[in-house]
Amino acid sequence: MNRKIIFFLVALILWFLFTFNLNYDEIIVGIFVSLLSAFIFGGYFIEKPIKIFQIHRWFWLLVYIPIFAYKCIEANLDVALRVLHPGMPLKPGIIKIKTSLKTEIAKTFLANSITLTPGTMTCEIDGDTLYIHWIWIKEEEEEKAKKMIAQTFEKYLKRIFE
Amino acid sequence: MIFYYLGWISIIFGVIFNLLGALGLVKFPDLYNRMQASTKCVTIGTCGIMLGIFFIRGFNQMGIKALICALFILFTMPVAAHALSRGSLLFGTKLWHKSVIDKFGEDKKGYSQISKEDEAT
Repeated sequence: MNRKIIFFLVALILWFLFTFNLNYDEIIVGIFVSLLSAFIFGGYFIEKPIKIFQIHRWFWLLVYIPIFAYKCIEANLDVALRVLHPGMPLKPGIIKIKTSLKTEIAKTFLANSITLTPGTMTCEIDGDTLYIHWIWIKEEEEEKAKKMIAQTFEKYLKRIFE
Repeated sequence: MIFYYLGWISIIFGVIFNLLGALGLVKFPDLYNRMQASTKCVTIGTCGIMLGIFFIRGFNQMGIKALICALFILFTMPVAAHALSRGSLLFGTKLWHKSVIDKFGEDKKGYSQISKEDEAT
C-alpha cells in the first residue's frame, strides 16, 4: 500500500511536468491516470520507497551524475573512433563479473551504467553475476575486469540505493 | 543569447553522433557489436538534440518536455539493448569469428558460441 501511494505521487508530479498547466480538467485526468497506473504497476515499484525522502541519497546522486556523464561521453568518442577507423579495431567477447549490490533497482542502474560506458554492454543478469559483451577485451579474469568496468559505479550506487 | 548558441552546438553534436551510430550499425560485423554502436551513439545523440532544445527554449512547456524525453531515453535504451542481446544469446546467434572469449556460452550452454571463419553471422 505504501508503495502504491508513493508511486501515485511520483506519477502525478511527472504528469504535471509533462502537461505544464494547472487547468482543473488536466488535474482531474492526471489524478485518474496516476491512480490507474499506481494500482496496476505499484507492485513493481522499488522495495523501500521511504528511501526517496532521504536527503543524503540525492546528494550522492548529484555527485554520481557528472562522473557518469564524463564516462558516457568518453565511451561515445571511443565507439565513434572505432566506427570511423578503416581497419576496424575490434576484439570482442563476453566476460562475466560478480557484483556486490543486493537490491534490484541498484542492479538495474549498474547494468544501465555499464551499457552506456566504454565499449561494454550487459547481456544477461543472473543473480549477482553479470555477463558483459566487451568490444575490446583488455582483461579476461573476473576480478581485474570488475576493477576496470564496475568499481567506481558500484561505490556510488551503494551509497545511493542501499 | 549564449544558451541559444550552446543549444545549437548541442544539437549539431547530437546529429553527428546519430550519424556515426547509423554508420556503425551498417559497418560492424555481428549483432552484438552493432548493438554497441547503435545504443551508445544513438543514446547520446538523441539526448544531445533534446538538451539542445531545452537550452534554446528554456523553462517552459516545450523545454521541460524535451528534458523529460531525454531522461526517458537514457533509462529505456540500455534496457532495450539488454533485452535484444539477451534474447539473441539464448536463441543462439553466433558471435563474430574473431571474438576472443565467450563466458556466457561456456557457462549456460556448455559450448562457446563463437562462429567459424567462413560461417555467416
